[in-house]
Amino acid sequence: MINNRFFKQLLGSFLGLVPIIAVILIFQIFIIQQPVLNVARLMMGAFFIVLGLTLFIQGIELSLFPMGESMAYAFARKGSLFWLLTFSFCLGFGAAIAEPGLMVIAKKAANIASVSSMIEKTDVAKANYALGLRITVAVSVGFAILVGVLRIIQGWPIYYAIFVAYACVAIMSPFTPVEMLGIAYDAGGIATSTILVPLVTALGVGLATAIKGRNPMIDGFGLIALASLTPMIFAMAYGMFV
Amino acid sequence: MIEWILHFALSFADTCRNFLPIAIVLIGFQLFVIRRPLVNLKKTLIGFIFVLFGMSFFLEGLEMALFPLGKLMASQLTAPELVGLNSFEQTLSWHSYKWVFVFAACLGFASALAEPALLAVAIKAEQISGGAIQAWGLRIAVAMGASVGLALGAFRIITGTELYFFIITGYLIVFIQTLFVPKLIIGLAFDSGVVTTTMVTVPLVTSLALGLAETIPGRNSLLDGFGLIAFASLFPIIAVLSYAQIAEWLYSRSRSSKS
Repeated sequence: MINNRFFKQLLGSFLGLVPIIAVILIFQIFIIQQPVLNVARLMMGAFFIVLGLTLFIQGIELSLFPMGESMAYAFARKGSLFWLLTFSFCLGFGAAIAEPGLMVIAKKAANIASVSSMIEKTDVAKANYALGLRITVAVSVGFAILVGVLRIIQGWPIYYAIFVAYACVAIMSPFTPVEMLGIAYDAGGIATSTILVPLVTALGVGLATAIKGRNPMIDGFGLIALASLTPMIFAMAYGMFV
Repeated sequence: MIEWILHFALSFADTCRNFLPIAIVLIGFQLFVIRRPLVNLKKTLIGFIFVLFGMSFFLEGLEMALFPLGKLMASQLTAPELVGLNSFEQTLSWHSYKWVFVFAACLGFASALAEPALLAVAIKAEQISGGAIQAWGLRIAVAMGASVGLALGAFRIITGTELYFFIITGYLIVFIQTLFVPKLIIGLAFDSGVVTTTMVTVPLVTSLALGLAETIPGRNSLLDGFGLIAFASLFPIIAVLSYAQIAEWLYSRSRSSKS
């Protein structure tokens, strides 16, 4: 049975990559019309991506998701506000730290920062910069989940939270060093990806069903909206003060 | 071969370190706060091993295929032969780079339309809106949003326009829209924005942006190489909100004209 699911997932990962490959191929054949070097290496890399995605998604479905979901429900029903908020923060923080997209982008950003001599050209300086960026984004995602959970409990309307976050982005942007601005804006989209979304949705839906008068449809998603805005604010602050 | 295995082992160790925090959070809370032993310990451990190997292979594949491809596309699409540059002209206006825009738009459209997570969101949207929003309509709206977003983002890199001007205007539009659309749609719209930034699209789009910023004269990869992801996640939100607004309006008009 696991084998059957594995191959299904393998096919799914492959199909996800197909449109991208198709667009690139069409452009290569009809518009660019130049030989591509290292085709074997590219194909090998594409195979690794499909294999890696498949194993990764299978793995989180076997381990992280069932655990995260059952715990989200357990905490939502437990009634202790302190532990619920602590758990919310840790869940957001942990999910963002483990996000592969964030790792990759933080590494790229560190490379570019060192080439442009914004930081020192040593491996230690680069590693520190990348880690600092990841921790900043992770703290901001944890914070967003914490505030979002508090919002669900208190029943504050979602657009208040979005408005405050938006106002922060608008006010802080002109004061942020330009080198940091692009990465800060990207951080929101990168942090809310493969791991965070399903875990956090489970938490929101669990809470909304446990508290009377809440709609799982509205409340579950509000968390993700917030989690895509706060990384921008925190990353801008990181750029200002570091 | 041995060299490659060593390289893979190193990146595997790196992955383990990166994955440790979330594992500690979940296991720690399970054991010390909920105080219940792990159910299905064996399944969980197998899952963790899958995740670690999966992430290592994925990151290796990115370095081998997606990063070089994004960079290659960026440099080939801005190559002198394709943009019609001769040695006398030094500066180019933005419309010489038309193929870059077409490529960015196609990439955004195709990858959003094929995204399995988006299909799930679209079906959910059709259910909660009672048919006013259709699954296919929503998927096309998101794909169009992603393609406009990426093309506009490429335009920004090429012209070197201020990034915050686009992003702040975009979020202002989103904020105004959220005041008017039915509240059930807001969550879905943000969900759709999130769905377009997947594990595959984020690295590809970033390497495309960095490649463009490196090859186009006068652009700086630190200043112009980032920000394209923000476009890819912002514009689908605007597209979905607009679509919901129009769909609602058409739906209520057709209903009132019938009665």
